[in-house]
Amino acid sequence: MDKKLEPVVKNIQEKFGATYEEFRDEVHLFLKPEQIVEALTILRDEFNFELLSALTATDYWPQETPRFHVIYQLTSLEKNLSVQIRVPVNGDSPKVPTATGVYAVANWRERELLDMFGIEIEGHPDPRRILMPEDHVGHPLRKDFPLGYEEPQFTFNFDEIDLRKPYAKE
Amino acid sequence: MSQIEEVSIEKFKHLVSARALTGETMLLNMGPQHPSTHGVLRLLLELDGEIVVNCIPDIGYLHTGIEKNMEAKTYQKAEVMTDRLDYMNTMGNNLAYVMAVEKLVDLDVPVRAQGLRVILTELQRIASHLVWLGTSGLDLAAMSMFLYCFREREQILDIFELVSGQRMMTTYFRPGGVWRDVPVEFEKAVRDFIKIFPKRIDEYESLLTKNPLFIDRMVDIGYLSKEVALQYGVTGPMLRASGVDWDLRKVRPYCGYEQYDFNVPTRTEGDTYARYLVRIDELRESLKIVEQALNKLPLGPVRSENRKFVPPPRSEIGVSMEALIHHFKLWTEGFPAPKASIYSAVESPRGELGLMLEGDGGPKPLRVHLRTPSFDNLSVLSQIVKGHLVADLVAILASIDIVLGDIDR
Repeated sequence: MDKKLEPVVKNIQEKFGATYEEFRDEVHLFLKPEQIVEALTILRDEFNFELLSALTATDYWPQETPRFHVIYQLTSLEKNLSVQIRVPVNGDSPKVPTATGVYAVANWRERELLDMFGIEIEGHPDPRRILMPEDHVGHPLRKDFPLGYEEPQFTFNFDEIDLRKPYAKE
Repeated sequence: MSQIEEVSIEKFKHLVSARALTGETMLLNMGPQHPSTHGVLRLLLELDGEIVVNCIPDIGYLHTGIEKNMEAKTYQKAEVMTDRLDYMNTMGNNLAYVMAVEKLVDLDVPVRAQGLRVILTELQRIASHLVWLGTSGLDLAAMSMFLYCFREREQILDIFELVSGQRMMTTYFRPGGVWRDVPVEFEKAVRDFIKIFPKRIDEYESLLTKNPLFIDRMVDIGYLSKEVALQYGVTGPMLRASGVDWDLRKVRPYCGYEQYDFNVPTRTEGDTYARYLVRIDELRESLKIVEQALNKLPLGPVRSENRKFVPPPRSEIGVSMEALIHHFKLWTEGFPAPKASIYSAVESPRGELGLMLEGDGGPKPLRVHLRTPSFDNLSVLSQIVKGHLVADLVAILASIDIVLGDIDR
């Protein structure tokens, strides 16, 4: 771990009882969903993490508790540091509070979480789908969402496949 | 013919001002098939006469599920997906991906490959900025810029074709090095470009930089303050034009960027014109890096010798049993990566291109997240466009330099 990052990790550990993991000099802090807004505020105001570089999630399906990790990648421009915060969320009605109040960039990134993983964002100012069409059913980046393939059509079976192929309706 | 659904204002009630509900301001749809939205971006504008009151970007028209697709492919095969992401920065995307894989499995890269990576990504940066310069000139009615810029871009694409066989979808960088060594004509082609290009930048500048019409359209338009930029996660030339000296090539050097002498152009004005000047300066700096990297380029291997991750050369397969086994294993199974997650970022022409790669112990990634700079850069649009004319919106959008493939993934 970077020497400059030690006080940050220590502070968050003491305040929130967070655990941390380290891999290839990257630090992952684990927090609970209800602590995240306060922790982000402290990191931004006291430790100069001005930039929320990435906000995403990972799906560990079929594991259910916790099924998701919501991931906040923070960067400090002033001290040239990075830290990652992970929030484990269970599979039944997953939800995290919104971070829009701390970082405005979270607005679109959280809409992406909602769209792609179906993780509910509590208190989000504009909870609409962002990438998929509004009437789309399901959340594509969940592991139980099928990838979907198109059947290859050859001369001998062209008409047969063409009959059951879903085309856009006129 | 299916029924066209009437969109009610109720859906957008929380996004527009109260005046829109009484009909005092007008809601206007711009795009997705509008030439100045640089691809398929739809903007919902709330207008008071010609003045933009609110701007609601609607993205996702180019969503192709690249992240999901990459999860279903082995680490080597997933790389081709990254080309399709930001099609103006294919080499840079490849670099971000291979660096993430190398970090995840702890793989070494020979010095020559590092040098080649720097030369080609910097050329790509120039090519990308040229497209930006040409198209934003076009948006502001400087028609000839487009033709001049594409003339030089063509020269760069020819170099890409020389090294990788492809003009755009290169997939030239591979985990552990590059695909194969460059041909002998490579050095001359790059030197020709280095010789010709400084004069061409002066030519562009003589057309635009002091052009009163151009200045009129750009100065004090779309002001973005440092604080707002950081709040909205803006990176790259846009952030540097707002006075923040942050370039990943300088602050967290990768691929040996620390050995090259170059400046990071910054401006404090934060308007559209400042973004233009920063990118023009970056053209010069990138060319400086290309020249230094070419002068320093050592001879030697271009791919790692670690046979667990890098396939052996064709010549070895006929004579060595181990080579044949490695080749077979790599192309049938792929290589396993540890059950861990890493985040690695490079400076793309548009900003921080980050890749969060998570392995599950097998040959396929568990999760690939692409932190694409255009996505966050576009999210600030609705903030900086307020109070400007519709015509200025076009200039601002051009100065953000969005690539829809990069936003929608």
